[in-house]
Amino acid sequence: MSDVQPALGLEDPGGPAVEEQLSGTEESGEARRVRLETRSALAAARGPKSTRVVSARVRLWARMKELWDTRELFTFLVRKEIKVKYKNSFLGFLWSMLNPALNLAVFWILFTFFLPNGIPDFVIYMFAAMVVWNLFQTAVQSATGVVVMNAGIVKKVAFPREILSLASVGTSVVFFLFQSLVLIAFMLAFWHRPDWPDLWLLVPALTAIVMFAAALAVFFSAVNVYLRDTQHLVEVVLMAWFWAAPGIYSLYEVHDKLEKHRIFGIPGTHLIWLYFANPIVPVVMTFQRVFYNLNHPISTVTHKVQPVLATYGTMWYLRSDVIVLAVSAVLFLGAMKVFGRLEGNFAEEL
Amino acid sequence: MAVDVVDVSKRFRLYKEKYYSLKERVLHVGRNPYEDFWALHDVSFSVREGESVGIMGRNGSGKSTMLKCVSGILQPTQGQVVLRGKLAALLELGAGFQPELSGRDNIFLNASLLGLSTREVERRFDEIVAFAELEQFIDNQVKYYSSGMYVRLGFAVAVNVDPDVLVIDEVLAVGDENFQRKCLDRIRSFQRDGRTLLFVTHSPEMVRQICDRALVLASGEMLGMGSAGEAIHLYHNHLLAEEEATVTADEPSATTQSRPILVTAVDLEHAGSGSRDYLRPGESLTIKVAFEALQPLDDVVFGIQIRDAGDDLVFGTNTDILGLSSRVPAGPGRVDFTVEDIPLLGGPFSVTIDVANTGGIFYDRRENAARFETLNMGRTVGLVTMNVQADIRAASFG
Repeated sequence: MSDVQPALGLEDPGGPAVEEQLSGTEESGEARRVRLETRSALAAARGPKSTRVVSARVRLWARMKELWDTRELFTFLVRKEIKVKYKNSFLGFLWSMLNPALNLAVFWILFTFFLPNGIPDFVIYMFAAMVVWNLFQTAVQSATGVVVMNAGIVKKVAFPREILSLASVGTSVVFFLFQSLVLIAFMLAFWHRPDWPDLWLLVPALTAIVMFAAALAVFFSAVNVYLRDTQHLVEVVLMAWFWAAPGIYSLYEVHDKLEKHRIFGIPGTHLIWLYFANPIVPVVMTFQRVFYNLNHPISTVTHKVQPVLATYGTMWYLRSDVIVLAVSAVLFLGAMKVFGRLEGNFAEEL
Repeated sequence: MAVDVVDVSKRFRLYKEKYYSLKERVLHVGRNPYEDFWALHDVSFSVREGESVGIMGRNGSGKSTMLKCVSGILQPTQGQVVLRGKLAALLELGAGFQPELSGRDNIFLNASLLGLSTREVERRFDEIVAFAELEQFIDNQVKYYSSGMYVRLGFAVAVNVDPDVLVIDEVLAVGDENFQRKCLDRIRSFQRDGRTLLFVTHSPEMVRQICDRALVLASGEMLGMGSAGEAIHLYHNHLLAEEEATVTADEPSATTQSRPILVTAVDLEHAGSGSRDYLRPGESLTIKVAFEALQPLDDVVFGIQIRDAGDDLVFGTNTDILGLSSRVPAGPGRVDFTVEDIPLLGGPFSVTIDVANTGGIFYDRRENAARFETLNMGRTVGLVTMNVQADIRAASFG
């Protein structure tokens, strides 16, 4: 009873003098003391407990640990997302494969009969870039709106909210796997041989792009709570971004164009690093390296040798992907910090 | 300590108009007036492990903000909350249910949202379903559930989360009586396990039934903290003070000329008069009514009515029923009503006085002419006190 506030203005509140006067229907001070002591003994018997602090300060490592502790929730959220998406449709999740397959078929017709660009099996070249780009795009796009969309739980349930953004990324990875099946089907159909010895490069490339997507996802999902048009802005930027990576054209075309120009007096070819500064580029190139695997095929139009893929060695790809991964990891920590800062007022902003 | 709230303040910014888009923000940069509103102001308290603490206060007093800060849904602007052990917050039942998914899927999703591992959910799955009484409907989509089913499922999941600290925000007022009883039973078993409970409610009865201690919030400030009985007393006093500040006392409405007799003063006297402002159950109470008769009357009945906080009549009598003379000479006089051994257990009560003739014509009436409060220091609940003896015997012992 030591922490009874004096504001109560009772004479000796709860003290022995009062309790002696209590009538038979009321609990005696002794019974109360015993009850509380038993409870705290039971509480102690429940084993060691972790300590958590809620304050305006952002503790990055504590947050990371919480994220790790809620990894099961992550799986459930991803599973829910996929289930809900195709719940009421006849073909279910087959749509996630049918859609890109039909798209590819259209592109195949377009680039084979109407706009031949000379690159053999161009759909494979293009789709190798598209699968990984789609992963990045849907991840960032869907994550940006995810906190606002889940206002109901963000306002009422305590959990690390970054998990929502990360689940969007996770869902995109699952759809990426479905789409990869389509890519494999097309490769079988064209009997196109992948670069078997370099297949493992997909692991660092995929890790890097997922990390990069996660960093942007966490950042934009938080910002979008305060600036709701971030969603639209992100959509537009992503649309333009796609063209900054060699998906529909080849790296050599970039090189050729740069060669013909001087920018602020600097020879254009000296600026190619700017092109590579785009974290998407090394990843897309790795995917094309592995899946397309033709450096200098014979053009289907001119019937001469046409350079398509860069002739860098395996180590170049590995190094580039690892750099992207490292930079993304730093960005991710920064995004977590920003998210933690903004999260404090989510419940009132939504 | 299971929960340590240290100097917690929470500021909300109330904007005249809220701008959510970048365009609007840019257009209104630097000239978007707002007011700071402190929903919580330097609140500090701690909850021992295994203890149940209630938070009382009126709407807008900061109760829910407090709970949200404790559970980490909101971050305090200043100060901090230190928690020991796993916390589960029950702020809204069924928050996060996905209408498209089945009850089964939602149990798993919701439980993991509240921090329960899959293995644990699988182990408790049948228990959860049985508690929610949804055995037949568990594979139906939640969107086809009735609101009662929805809430039952929400509660069933939440109480099966295995927290060290459970935070509850007035969610028990749902469901039918049977289900409410189940919820209370569940909370009791929580307490027996030595878990810590933090509980927001309007209802003093709930606090008395469940909590060891309680604190009272008013406009974001802590009025005080004490045993359940003391906190309820404090809460009632606070409510009365607020009421008196807004409503002025009832004045006799009609012109005095036409009335042959008027009540001039009503005073209460009890054992602790002067030293404390409350009674203990079983003490005596005297209601002293002073009146002034403008002419001699031979047909006067004085009545008293005692009403509880909900304005329900607890007791009423009058001098006619008590067999007193109805004759009054002109001039001032006094009637004393003495209640020996007041059987009221806890809560604020008001006294209404009326003066009428035996035919039922009112001469004067004072609504809520006086108030008193009985303070229940024990853990029994209800409106009245009864002397109960209990005896448990095994049947075999005869």
